[in-house]
Amino acid sequence: MSKPDTSHAVYTCDIPPERPWSRILRKGQTLRIIDSEGQQAVDALLYCADDPSERYSSQDTLRVQGSAYIDLGTRLISNRGRVMARITADTCGRHDTSAGCCSCESNAVRFGEATKFQHACRENFILELSKHGLTKRDIVSNLNFFMNVPIDPSGNFTVVDGISAPSNYVDVTADMDVLFVISNCPQVNNPCNGFNPTPIRVVIRDAQGL
Amino acid sequence: MSQTQQEIEANRRRYEELRAAGQELTPKGLPEPTALDGAPISPDAVIHRERVPPGWYATMRLRRGETLRIVDDTGRSSVSLVGWREEDTSERINCADTVKVQWSAAVGKGRIILSDMGRVLLSLIEDTSGAHDLLVGGSTPASTLAAFGATTRNTQENFLAAASKIGLDVRDIPPCVTFFAPVSLDDAGRFQWQGERKRPGDFVDLRAEMNLIIVASNCPHPLDPARPAAAGPVTLIKHRMAVAAADDLCRTASPEATRAFAFTDRLFA
Repeated sequence: MSKPDTSHAVYTCDIPPERPWSRILRKGQTLRIIDSEGQQAVDALLYCADDPSERYSSQDTLRVQGSAYIDLGTRLISNRGRVMARITADTCGRHDTSAGCCSCESNAVRFGEATKFQHACRENFILELSKHGLTKRDIVSNLNFFMNVPIDPSGNFTVVDGISAPSNYVDVTADMDVLFVISNCPQVNNPCNGFNPTPIRVVIRDAQGL
Repeated sequence: MSQTQQEIEANRRRYEELRAAGQELTPKGLPEPTALDGAPISPDAVIHRERVPPGWYATMRLRRGETLRIVDDTGRSSVSLVGWREEDTSERINCADTVKVQWSAAVGKGRIILSDMGRVLLSLIEDTSGAHDLLVGGSTPASTLAAFGATTRNTQENFLAAASKIGLDVRDIPPCVTFFAPVSLDDAGRFQWQGERKRPGDFVDLRAEMNLIIVASNCPHPLDPARPAAAGPVTLIKHRMAVAAADDLCRTASPEATRAFAFTDRLFA
């Protein structure tokens, strides 16, 4: 599984550390997100391409699934209760959707005011969404691929070392045309990126390439 | 961009120290839940009182320091809540930051609810229950259809209606907190409903730390196996409290809370 098949790729892009990315994923297409060097969190948001007021909803996704983590088979549900996409392959096995994205403001609360002036996923999301006429108002609780956030029965909620190895990947297959937005997470204050952000690769395949 | 080994080690050390403080030290300093007959409200402190029937919602403005008491009169209700900063509604409740910053998905007396801007929206200054949900969210048309075979009144549509009446829309509805919703996780991460933790008369006092507009929706939580017909009314009481002092319980509960309060105070400095 360490050399993912990209022979039917219609699009490939390496996303450098700390950078955002977005693209329309057509219904039936599959986006493969590859954690090229391992232990790299990938923050992601989805919007219905035809009407971005319909967007990914973490709470709807968890309620429908009945459990707290994203893995193979998870259906990504919109705020209108529709399936936007589903996880169709996963060599990592652990992804989060409860911890949200890092921001300058929450970093300052969590790690001290000096960290306010470090690049953060929300800065990426704001800039990338602005290309599509969307604003901070449109940022909802996101997906965190390859991010390991166990929630124990006492409620303890901890970002711990990622379990994703170099070249681990997750496939997301679209059930509708979606605007897929990524922030390759810049966080250096917790273990979600092994304290050292690294590049990721995204590959899009058409349905017939599956 | 690339971190040195020294930076990596220093950041890991600090993270481990913060985690130990957040999950081992902070919980020891948190108070016991409020008694069911505790924390009486002086009659002259009451600003407004209303009863919300099952399935319905109420919208309320809270000035900084004003406090909303929500009472589950029958022990059969759950109340989902969202809120925005009145002067700039792009600032709003953020459940993910609330959980992440406090190292815990279990909020109770002494804890805070954060906005997306690293500031405190609400403080839980009294809480008899400690059984609230930040992960699963409120009921929706789809959740009621799946559970009951028919769409009933639900929190998502209540939030839509309430938001529309104050000039906001579906884009402004963030993930919500639901009070009196005892959701826990098993070791596999599956959600469990602990109905035995609900009692008639359970209440929370939510002190506004900035000027807010909140919406409270009285709809059964989607994991509550009881049918909607079993739900009861809830009482909302808006009452006057002092602004959080330097030694305030919620302000001093953790270093993270102290920083969030300090950032909030700057809005009013």
